[in-house]
Amino acid sequence: MALSFDELDFGPPDYREMLPPVLERNYGKWKYHEEIEPGVYKHVSETGEEVYTVRAGQPKFIASETVLKLCDLADKYANGYLRFTSRHSIEFILDNKDNIEPLKKDLAEMGLPVGGTGRTVRSIVACTGWVHCHTPATDSPGLQKALMDELYDYFVSEKLPTRLTIAVSGCLNMCGAVHCSDIAILGVHRRPPKVIDEVVSKACEIPSMIAACPTYAIKPKMIKKEDGTTIRSISIDGEKCMYCGICYGLCPGTPLADPKNDGVSIWVGGKISNTRGGPAFSRLAVPFIPNNPPRWPEVVETVKKIIDAWASDAKPDERMGEWIERIGWAEFFERTGLEFTHKHIDDYIFNIRDMNAGARVRGKELKKFS
Amino acid sequence: MASETPLLDELEKGPWPSLVSEIKKTGYTGLLKLYELNYQDKMTHWTHGGMVGVPGYDAGVIGRVSDRRDILADAHTIRFIQPAGWFYSTKKLRKLVELWNKYGSGLMNFHGATGDLQVVGIPTENIEPFFDEAAKEHWDIGGSAGDFRTASNCIGPARCEMACIDTNDIYHTLMTDPDILNDMHRPRFPYKFKVKISGCPTDCVAGVPRADFVIMGTWRDDIKIDQEEVRNYAKSGKVDVDYIVQNCPTKAMSWDGNELKINNDECVRCMYCLQKMPKALSPGDDRGATILVGGRARGRYGAFLAWTLIPFMKLEPPYTELKELMYKLLDWWDENGRAKERIGETIYRIGAGKFLHEVGLDPLPTMVKAPRNNPFWFYFPGEVQVDEE
Repeated sequence: MALSFDELDFGPPDYREMLPPVLERNYGKWKYHEEIEPGVYKHVSETGEEVYTVRAGQPKFIASETVLKLCDLADKYANGYLRFTSRHSIEFILDNKDNIEPLKKDLAEMGLPVGGTGRTVRSIVACTGWVHCHTPATDSPGLQKALMDELYDYFVSEKLPTRLTIAVSGCLNMCGAVHCSDIAILGVHRRPPKVIDEVVSKACEIPSMIAACPTYAIKPKMIKKEDGTTIRSISIDGEKCMYCGICYGLCPGTPLADPKNDGVSIWVGGKISNTRGGPAFSRLAVPFIPNNPPRWPEVVETVKKIIDAWASDAKPDERMGEWIERIGWAEFFERTGLEFTHKHIDDYIFNIRDMNAGARVRGKELKKFS
Repeated sequence: MASETPLLDELEKGPWPSLVSEIKKTGYTGLLKLYELNYQDKMTHWTHGGMVGVPGYDAGVIGRVSDRRDILADAHTIRFIQPAGWFYSTKKLRKLVELWNKYGSGLMNFHGATGDLQVVGIPTENIEPFFDEAAKEHWDIGGSAGDFRTASNCIGPARCEMACIDTNDIYHTLMTDPDILNDMHRPRFPYKFKVKISGCPTDCVAGVPRADFVIMGTWRDDIKIDQEEVRNYAKSGKVDVDYIVQNCPTKAMSWDGNELKINNDECVRCMYCLQKMPKALSPGDDRGATILVGGRARGRYGAFLAWTLIPFMKLEPPYTELKELMYKLLDWWDENGRAKERIGETIYRIGAGKFLHEVGLDPLPTMVKAPRNNPFWFYFPGEVQVDEE
């Protein structure tokens, strides 16, 4: 039975019915907060009330069984409420300090790590990848798991100069919003789409595909079949295509997946918040690493190398991008041992603003590059 | 017996919770087999899912079909509009889980990149009965395609002392607005339109990189300082006040070991000092929002960061002025945007000057880092004298 028109368009459940009572009582009255230990915050209200938030990491997808277990914990310790953060961590908000330790114990039994506050690596934001999507060049949830296993200690204890945000996107659609992260892993295709004429002719709006292509690589094409009939399809100029996949988003007849050439790129130094220098894009560090499932050891090793170089030298509160700006990009490539290639210079929309205008070169670089 | 998923089993090792173990718990065995095959072949076997949905809505259900129908046929994704601030009562959540176990795979995603609660893996014939029952529990479907996407907001005044606007109330007001719900459930725009609401310029919901329209809390008057607490921070050794003063981006602070001074006229509301000393510093009382426009990932011209459109706007329920501004921009974009073009790109292609002129907003120096550096501009009709023919 379909719903009638006036039963539709009602919007989300009312948050006022979803707030823990202690937050409802102190709504808009919060005075300050402090971190008690990694993963545990204390917030104090003008009314004198205190709440304790316990934050735990989770995998990209969870089973309904696990959701029910989280509900059990919320019922037991947090008055029947829980929430999630914008980086997909789970938060239990406790009005009783004595519940912190037993909750942590129960979370540990479920295998959920408590952490991700203060000077830690945050939960990795990942898109759905090979688990449930048709466009990715790599598996973001698998990379998230492989990386977080390696960085686990940085999540549960505060050993970094400041927060470190990592995001993984399986393709250039960037659903994982990687472009402003301290470290970003972005799945890349490296070959133009294969054109399946029969599918394009039956299932696709050709003018929309032509209009959507950012590099004008798509042209219409007529094909005469053996029986004398003609079908309409497209051709793709391999010299112009830069493998973004927007045409595949519109048309199932132009798939890009290519096990021989797909892999990941690594980006560094992005930032979202307005603090100090403000928001910044992530910049290319490594143009390509082949997919090596199930655990992508080369990607994990490279990320680890970048983190080590930053963590061993950054000043307090200095984010990845701020550190690189201070030491210089030449020094970044020197210290990480990563190679600077043609791909690092923007030649897509040639970005003259990224070039080093004037002749301001550091002394050590004058010596090195002569 | 040898495992059927030797590659995925490797992702059950290590300390971080494993999504493979979660998939195994659900009994969604088709996915497990397909996912293993993806690992074997180093590529996805998912393909376009075609048009699926519920009667009355043209968005929010994402078609998912594999090219190995012998393993897994149709297993679609549904986006539900999340409650403000991602707050849940266990009562509400348990009921949804019960329905999802009845009709779907049992696998859930808290949350999708845009913010929705996503459930993945439902056969075509189950979509309608599932939604019928979910709707009775007040779970409505979110956005997809060229429409008003599900917005998202930070925790705001529910548990943050920095919140300058009521992010939860603004989100809920927008997400229950009949015009917005109509534009969410029946796509008519050139492309997606994302809204994000952050309570302060820390931007915990990442509006600047991702959203077309960002509502960001801020304040006009002075940062409130509790000098005693500044001294306590300094004494505690946990905070180096000199270092914070040194790192202030506009050098608007001074500290003599006893008194902290802030030149509020020069402060850019970057939040650094407030984050470091929340007990001593808090936003002023004259609060409102900065409105930004035009953020997006990737795209024809590369990624864009959202920029300041309106430096300060007072926000009071029912937020009529905010909605009017949003729809002024939406209508302009709907009129001028090309297919798959986000509003930031339309503004870029047509020109920010023309955009401002046509939506009736005054140009402000706060919109730019610096004025233009070339003499190539256009004139609006009536700006120059034209001889009568």
